[in-house]
Amino acid sequence: MTTQAVPAGNAASDPATAAARATAAILSDTLHGRERGVVVDSPPGAGKSTLVVRAALELAEAGRPLMIVAQTNAQVDDLVLRLAEKSPQLPVGRLHSSDADPYDKALDDLPNVRKSAKAADLAGLAVVVSTAAKWAHVKVDEPWRHAIVDEAYQMRSDSLLAVAGLFERALFVGDPGQLDPFAIVGSEQWAGLSYDPSASAVSTLLAHNPGLPQHRLPVSWRLPASAAPLVSDAFYPYTPFRSGTAHDDRRLTFAVPSDGSGPDRVIDEAAGSGWGLLELPARHTPRTDPEAVGAVAAVVGRLLDRGGAAVSERSSDPVPLTADRIAVGTAHRDQAAAVRAALAGLGVADVTVDTANRLQGREFDVTVVLHPLSGRPDATAFHLETGRLCVLASRHRHACIVVCRAGVSELLDDYPSTEPVQLGTVVKFPDGWEAMMSTWDHWSGHRVPWRP
Amino acid sequence: MDKGALASALGAPSAFGQSQFAFVRGNAFEARVKADGGAELLRLVHERLDPGAAPPADARVPELTATGPRGRAARTELALGEASAAGAWTLLDHPMLALDVAGSPAFLEPDAVVVHPDGSWTVVEIKSFPMLDGSADPAKVGAAARQAAVYVLALEELAARLDPVPPVRHRALLVCPKDFSNLPTASAVDVRKQRAVTSRQLARLTRIEEIADALPEGVCFAPDLPAEELTAAVESVPAAYAPECLSACELAFHCRARSRADGAVTALGRPVRAELGGLTTVADVLAAARGETGDPADPAVAALRRAAALRAEALEAACR
Amino acid sequence: MSLISTLARLEAVHTGRAQPAATVRHRHLSERPLVLVPLTTAGEAGAPLGALVGTDRDAPHLLVVEQPRDRDLRFAFLAELADVVLPYIDACAGAVETAERTETDPETGKRVKVEVDLCADAAQLIVPSRAGIDFVRLLGRSMRFRRTAEQDPEAPHPAPPRVPLLGRWLTHYGERARVPGSSLLLAMTDVLGRHWATGQSTLEDQHLGALLAWIDPPEGMSGAEAALRAELERDAGGQLLCPPAGPATDPAFDNKLLAPAIERYDRARSALAAAEDGADADERLAALTAAEREIRALVDSRTRPTWDAVWRGLDLLRALPEGARVEERWTRDRWSFTGHRDRVLAGEPPQPRRDDAVTAANKLATREREQARLEAQEALDDPLVMAGRRLAGEAFAGEVTDVVMAYGEGRRPAPRPLVTVRTDDRPQLGERAKVYRSLGGRPQAAEFVGYEEDGSCVVLRIVDKMGRGKEPEAGSVPEKGDRVCFTLFEHEQRGGAKLPDPEQTPWTHGGPPGEAVPEAADPLTEEDLL
Repeated sequence: MTTQAVPAGNAASDPATAAARATAAILSDTLHGRERGVVVDSPPGAGKSTLVVRAALELAEAGRPLMIVAQTNAQVDDLVLRLAEKSPQLPVGRLHSSDADPYDKALDDLPNVRKSAKAADLAGLAVVVSTAAKWAHVKVDEPWRHAIVDEAYQMRSDSLLAVAGLFERALFVGDPGQLDPFAIVGSEQWAGLSYDPSASAVSTLLAHNPGLPQHRLPVSWRLPASAAPLVSDAFYPYTPFRSGTAHDDRRLTFAVPSDGSGPDRVIDEAAGSGWGLLELPARHTPRTDPEAVGAVAAVVGRLLDRGGAAVSERSSDPVPLTADRIAVGTAHRDQAAAVRAALAGLGVADVTVDTANRLQGREFDVTVVLHPLSGRPDATAFHLETGRLCVLASRHRHACIVVCRAGVSELLDDYPSTEPVQLGTVVKFPDGWEAMMSTWDHWSGHRVPWRP
Repeated sequence: MDKGALASALGAPSAFGQSQFAFVRGNAFEARVKADGGAELLRLVHERLDPGAAPPADARVPELTATGPRGRAARTELALGEASAAGAWTLLDHPMLALDVAGSPAFLEPDAVVVHPDGSWTVVEIKSFPMLDGSADPAKVGAAARQAAVYVLALEELAARLDPVPPVRHRALLVCPKDFSNLPTASAVDVRKQRAVTSRQLARLTRIEEIADALPEGVCFAPDLPAEELTAAVESVPAAYAPECLSACELAFHCRARSRADGAVTALGRPVRAELGGLTTVADVLAAARGETGDPADPAVAALRRAAALRAEALEAACR
Repeated sequence: MSLISTLARLEAVHTGRAQPAATVRHRHLSERPLVLVPLTTAGEAGAPLGALVGTDRDAPHLLVVEQPRDRDLRFAFLAELADVVLPYIDACAGAVETAERTETDPETGKRVKVEVDLCADAAQLIVPSRAGIDFVRLLGRSMRFRRTAEQDPEAPHPAPPRVPLLGRWLTHYGERARVPGSSLLLAMTDVLGRHWATGQSTLEDQHLGALLAWIDPPEGMSGAEAALRAELERDAGGQLLCPPAGPATDPAFDNKLLAPAIERYDRARSALAAAEDGADADERLAALTAAEREIRALVDSRTRPTWDAVWRGLDLLRALPEGARVEERWTRDRWSFTGHRDRVLAGEPPQPRRDDAVTAANKLATREREQARLEAQEALDDPLVMAGRRLAGEAFAGEVTDVVMAYGEGRRPAPRPLVTVRTDDRPQLGERAKVYRSLGGRPQAAEFVGYEEDGSCVVLRIVDKMGRGKEPEAGSVPEKGDRVCFTLFEHEQRGGAKLPDPEQTPWTHGGPPGEAVPEAADPLTEEDLL
């Protein structure tokens, strides 16, 4: 479907060189550029957090007071922990809300991290980190010299409007392929306006400042060579990226051989090819389809029982595939709850089970995904949202197993894409229907049919 | 096939038809946009899509009349090839394009196709709904974009036969009346998404032939047949009625009557099914909710019973 | 759609009658609303054909544009509409009471209480359907930039001042209608659809006649039969017995009745213009008057059934008791009404064609807050709405089975009683989740402690609204045997962060907009007309 050639960085160079070159250019623009903003697109696992921490440290080193804006408290705490890990001496402020338990208790163990609900208490610290929501209540006489806005594609334009007065210039970092921000009421009347308050912060920023330098991290260090091409083609058709590792850099093996069951066969398929599709018989079901939920749990159980081990560029010795290296992703919270209950029933603990929204930014060795369209009699915009499927299909380092009922392509045929079009808006790629179709086509090549 | 006549013959006439006011205005607007050899239309294409090119003056408007759709399509192909080779602004007024749909050609007639001096082609859609302060009804723009995407695909099929292959632009021009006036204004519409989707749908449409093959032999939809025979014929074609059909298809009232008679829950809207699992009829759902049928271990049945109990409790509380 | 409303619709199919979707009325209804039933010309943007409008159900004003493409007739229609609507608005704008509002003192920057006027009631506008609301917006947009002779003595077709003024009010009403829970401008189909579930789809509920047929079918008919009749039945001349609620008309009406009548009118008008002497003119004037009367009768025949339907809908809605928190939301509508009145009085210019960045963001924030408020308030006012929230795991109800007194930590231990609630609901409670119940109309918060007895009992710790003493105030802690209902959602909405003033718009959003330029009027060109 690509009809417009987009330069994909210097494809000839090796990934590490390409990534290092991109990072150097970003840091140079951030520290020495003349523009007020720098935008960085980061596909899944391309080293966004590493970049944010590195840019923060270099700005602090250069003596520029820095504020960091993240979208959730978990992201803020994670950034503070990473900063302290890289540079334990750096004085960091954690601005938090006045609710109960406003921050991760682990921060209490860091001597150079000061926590407060008042910005004034944190004045003069090299770096101050908080959520966009909290920053919106801060008033300053003198703006910060520099800001880093993390997960900028998940931030709404109105949220940026509330905080942009706090800084002179900023580095905006984010993943354009993940879930878009949304409003709980209609906002069509502003569609097509450059500052549509419900649009993403980046689209407003670029509409008003089209000349800002835009960079792209070109290499995913997370996604294996088996996954990067599909995720790139399906979800980033005009901004491709590649895997930082080659096919034989990563290997997933199991000590216990297959018992010939569906879960074992799909595990072996995924271990060999990076993808597996466990297909249950077609049937319309409610969201918490007991058979599909049971199949997900069975796959997770067998992943653990069969003594999995992962070899990767990180370690030539096989690393055991433990529960904390496995995640289950679903579209809805009640599905996640049902999978948790099923896993508890199997005696499995410590496997992360969550919705796409909450898995954003996380990384695992193996993921098991309950396909958003599994068993559905209808396909709504929610289920066709590309960001949701993109998150679910891009959390793994080794293999991803999709569990789904048959009939997805027939369902998609019945729900042709009929999206309304707002004049003047920049078209966001890809189309949900098209991405669903293309991923489904690919996964169908790794299909293991199974009747639970 | 005339679905409107068919619907009336089936005894379920639809509310379709066009007001002559809208019809007259639509035609007058298109004529105005294309007046003077398309000067205004070409000005808009130049301004919105290709401001770098030389402004259009004395654009060519080739004659495209020919006998039958095939003849017109051949004439269009010739004119497009000539225009691209000439490298001059050219307006093709109501060209005829052929698109391969499941092995047989479908003939399409866009409002206009413009050839740029660089030899590239742009699809132009002229609509009579207004652009008010720069925005227009998104559902209507979406429909226009999907329509334009089909023309883009047909043009690409055609272009591939030429040498060199002229590029088909993926931004179509939508021309509409401005605000409350009858003056044209235009907006570029990026149709890459719709093009990708349509292209995939066409690739999957090999199924049409399968559907045609699956039809019982001798099925015929002629409106002068007796109603029972017609109904039987229409029934033999699988169709999934949903309320959205009412605004799109002349046969919708007929399908709705069938759907209601069958007690299909989707007659109330497709989202209704979302939480009902395998239950598809009103009677089945109500029986399951009342505890008369259904397996309580089925989460759909369990949820229905909880919903029914909560609803009954609330209504009772309100009566008290 | 929640399973509870799905069930209600299926019950409606089964019984042949609409079923309750609410047990109280969730929208304010004025004692004396203004009903507007507009019609428009197909294919034109903003060419009204006529309207029935007024506050007296037995005596509506019939306004007609005999030739919708004639600009003078169109403008005369708008002026007539202003003559009916503005006095109604003015009557409300003129009656005020004193209210308190917190404002920021411009000198000290402190929040201070000030006394201000609040209109004792606001004008309420009711249209038949959602398309009617869009049409109100369109009329507002087409009128508010019109120039008066005073503003621009050179302007061709100057508008009387009340026309742009009505445009501003209609624009305000159109914008306010986008605020969830507002009742300033209501579409009858929306309000009826909020309170009853029919045996048809929400799409078909947009047909006012069919919707009413399900709710209140005529004697001896099922809702389904009556709705089908309302949708499709035509007279011998091919005209719908129940014409569409507008503003769009039925094509069959346009083609068979309206177009010939307009043609006769046009002919009569040219004939009159060409009249050569007085006697001739008298005769031709009579012909023109007859042609006018014919079109008026046609417009009346298409709007009157809808007019009656709207009032029938009002009767049905008035029979429902008003929800406890509806009055509070109506007060917000009155503030909105008063605010617009004050802006008009202060001589502010009409609303711009497009919002600036800050205004757009503020409007979105308000609407999101009002949406959350509406969802919470409707659930608290109506057990049937709460049932939906309970089914979704967002609330739970049950009986208190145990209360254990406990105290918080700290120097002055405050009461933190542990309350056990037995419930059949399945709330999705996370660790230390906050829950709320309504205590005398105010929210009382509690914290989720854990489950007991295989999950059928929820243990909560009450954390506020128990007074300042060591012992909780009487009635502030539930007692064993009490029926309680806790929600996982908050009952009241916090205000959001303050956005910068428009003059302080940051560089990311295009910077300050600069000096405000008055919006230009829409140019009048000959091309407006065909």
